[in-house]
Amino acid sequence: MIQVRPIYVICLREFKKFFREKSRLFGTLARPVLWLFVVGNGMSSLIRPHIGFSYLQFIFPGMIGMTILFSSIFSSISIVWDREFGFMKEMLVAPISRLSIVVGKAISGTLISVAQAIIILLLTPFLGLHLTLMQFLEVVAMSTLVSFCITSMGILIAARLTSFDGFNIIMNFLVMPMLFLSGAMYPVTSMPSALHLLTLINPLTYGIDALKHVLLRNGTPPLGQEFPLSLDLFVVSSLSVIMLALAALSFSKKE
Amino acid sequence: MAIISVQNLVKQFKTLNAVNGISFSVDEGEVFGFLGPNGAGKTTTINILCTLLSPTSGKAEIAGFDCAGSPDRVRSSIGLIFQDTTLDAGLTAYENLKFHAYLYNLDSKLAEKRIDEMLAVVALQGRKHDLIKNFSGGMKRRLEIARGLLHYPRVLFLDEPTIGLDPQTRNTIWGFINALREKENITIFMTTHYMEEAENCDRIAIIDNGSIIALDTPARLKQMVHGEIIHLVTADNDRAIQEIEKLFNITAREENGGLSLETEKGEEFIPKLIHSLPLQTLSVSLKKPTLNDVFLKLTGRTIRDDVLSDSKEVTREFVRSHRRAQR
Repeated sequence: MIQVRPIYVICLREFKKFFREKSRLFGTLARPVLWLFVVGNGMSSLIRPHIGFSYLQFIFPGMIGMTILFSSIFSSISIVWDREFGFMKEMLVAPISRLSIVVGKAISGTLISVAQAIIILLLTPFLGLHLTLMQFLEVVAMSTLVSFCITSMGILIAARLTSFDGFNIIMNFLVMPMLFLSGAMYPVTSMPSALHLLTLINPLTYGIDALKHVLLRNGTPPLGQEFPLSLDLFVVSSLSVIMLALAALSFSKKE
Repeated sequence: MAIISVQNLVKQFKTLNAVNGISFSVDEGEVFGFLGPNGAGKTTTINILCTLLSPTSGKAEIAGFDCAGSPDRVRSSIGLIFQDTTLDAGLTAYENLKFHAYLYNLDSKLAEKRIDEMLAVVALQGRKHDLIKNFSGGMKRRLEIARGLLHYPRVLFLDEPTIGLDPQTRNTIWGFINALREKENITIFMTTHYMEEAENCDRIAIIDNGSIIALDTPARLKQMVHGEIIHLVTADNDRAIQEIEKLFNITAREENGGLSLETEKGEEFIPKLIHSLPLQTLSVSLKKPTLNDVFLKLTGRTIRDDVLSDSKEVTREFVRSHRRAQR
C-alpha cells in the first residue's frame, strides 16, 4: 500500500517548491520572530512571573507551536492548490495508492515544519535562552510529532475542501482559535470553563504542553505544563494516526 | 484486438445522466475520436476510463483490465493529457517529467534516457531546465504530451488536446501526434469539439446528451449527408435550371442569386456541367459535407452552438492565472 518512490518524489517536489518560494519561508518565520522579539520583550518588562522564568521564556514553546501550526496547515493546504491547478490529477491517475499520496504530503509537510522550528530554535541565543544539546534534540523530536499531527489534520481538512474560498474560513475559524486556545501566549487553565474545555479538545494544547515539559523544566501550572508528558505524547500520536487514516480514506473515495 | 472495450456504460450524477448506456470498442493502433458539443459526456467517459470516476453501471475495460476493478493495472497502461494543464508551474520541464517517471516506477537511468528522448520528440530539449511558468500554452501542451508518453502507455487519452491553442500551434501538436502514430503502435483516444481535429481520426463516435448517435469513419459519416453541393451563377439562372433538369435530370434550386444542386462526385461533375450548359457560367463553387453537417443532420443543431461555453472557459482560465499571480 505504501510505495517508497512515489512518497520520495512527492516530498522532493514539496521541498523544491518550498525553497524556491522564499516569501513563504519568510512569511512563516516572520510571525514568531515578531512575537518573540517585539511582543515577548515588550511584555517581559510588564509581566514578571515569580516562577523563575520570564514572559519571553514562557511564550517560547508556544512560538515553536505557532510556527509548526502555520507551516503545517500551509503545507497541507497545498493539496487544495494542487487540485485547483490540476496537478492533483497527475497523481490520481498514476498507478500509486492514495495512501502513498497522503503519506508523502504528510512527511513533506512535517519535515518543512520541523525545519522552521529548528530555525526558531537557533534564535535562542539572541533571546537570552540557553538550551542544552539534550533539550534541543528533545524539542526537535517533539516538534516532529506535533508537526505530523497538525499536517495530518490539515490534509484531512484539505481532502474535503473543494475550493480556495474554504481556506479563509479554515484560517479564521480553526487555525486562529487553535492558536489562541492552546496556551501558546497565555495560560489557559484560568480561562472560563467553557473556553478551557475547548483547549482540551485542541491537539495543539498537548503539543505545546509537551514542549513546555522540555523548555520550562521547573514550571508548574498555570504557567508551566498542565498534563503529564506521557498523556501529551499519547494524545498527539494517536490523533496523528487517526487523522491520517481518515484523510487517506476520504482521498480514495470517488464519485 | 480491442484494447478499449465499453459496454452499456452509464454514469449518473444525482439527477443528470451524463453518460447514457454507451457501448463501443477501440482496436489497438487506432485513433478513435469522441466528437460532440460541450457537456455531451465526453470528459465523463474519459474519467471513467482513466479510473477517476466509477461507473453507475456497465463495464469499461482497457487492455483487458477492468477500469473499476483493477485501477492500478489500467493506470499503468494509459497516458493522459487533460483538458486543463496538469503541470506544476513551479517546477522545470525536467522536474515535471522526473516526477512522472517516479510515479510510474521507471528506474532512474531509464527515466533520464526517456526524458531526453521525449523532450526531443516534442522539440523542447532546449527548455529542459526552464520553469513551466515561462512556457507558452503550446509548449505546455507539448510537454504534457511528452509526459503522457514517458512510461510508454498502450493507450494515450487526449481530452480536447488543442483547446485554447491558436491554429498554428494546433497544427504543430497534430504533427507530433501523427509522427508518433507512425513510429509506435499506440492507440489514441481523443475527445474534441473541433471538426477539423476529428478529421484526423480513424473512427469517430458522435456523442450527444450522453449517447452515441453515430460511429464510423469520417468519410462514411460524411456520406450520411447526401452528396456535395455545387453552387453556380450563370447569365440566366432560370434557363440554367431548366437546362440542367433536361440534361442531367437533377433539380437545381435558386439560391443567393445563383443556383444550387446536389451531386455525388462534385469534382468530376463540374467540367461536364460547364461543358454541356448552352449558356455562360459566371462562377462555380463546390461545397463538400463536413462533420458539422453530419452533426446538424443527426441532431438538428450545429456543434458550434457553444460559443458561450468557450468564453466561459476563457474566463475561468483568466481567473486561474490571476489567482496564480496573486499567490
